[in-house]
Amino acid sequence: MKVTVKYFAVCHEELGREEEEMELPEGATLRAILDRLEEEWPEITEFYQVMQMSVNWDYATEDTELSDGDEVALIPPVTGG
Amino acid sequence: MFKITDEVIDTQRVISVVEADDAGAIVHFLGTVRNNTGGRRTLYLEYEAYAPMAEKKMAEIAHEIREKWGLDRVAMIHRVGRVEIGEVSVAVAVASPHRSDGFEACKYAMDRLKQVVPIWKREIWEDGAEEWVKPDPVYFDVDRGVRRSDG
Repeated sequence: MKVTVKYFAVCHEELGREEEEMELPEGATLRAILDRLEEEWPEITEFYQVMQMSVNWDYATEDTELSDGDEVALIPPVTGG
Repeated sequence: MFKITDEVIDTQRVISVVEADDAGAIVHFLGTVRNNTGGRRTLYLEYEAYAPMAEKKMAEIAHEIREKWGLDRVAMIHRVGRVEIGEVSVAVAVASPHRSDGFEACKYAMDRLKQVVPIWKREIWEDGAEEWVKPDPVYFDVDRGVRRSDG
């Protein structure tokens, strides 16, 4: 299955791209995306205490199971206002 | 109205969309760009948002306000892109029959916005440096972080 992953703020900056398509095995969870990203950007683990993720515009935990076509985002600490 | 915009915020419009004949009060909050942080001079701010999710979360905050105070006339708008010193970056308006509920609900809307709405602020300093603003711990719920059982 294929999901879209979006990167904002510091994540966008560190990875050098705003979004990408990711091919994942059926039944994969958000954790699979983090595993993939850790290979490219090991320091991402430093953000785990403060970072959130979303699936289809709602916050989700790392054990959330993904479906084909889902829109995922990495959400660094928000600072609106 | 729940909106992310890259245009100057029309503050009068934020008020007019919540106007209602049964309102005895409209409480309105404007967040503006300050010229310094802790004494260090700021040139301007740049905001980035995950717009569709941000607008959805704003609508959910309004839903929470409906459940808590029974108020259903709430507007929230946040700007993205470069925002100059003194300009409005965020506007909230709440209409209510009585002012005390309006004040509380308006404060609640801003507090929740700072907790859950995916918007990021970048500070551009007068000395040429720039950085993503760190979250205020008051609004930061550490239990919501992506934590892994193996680390």
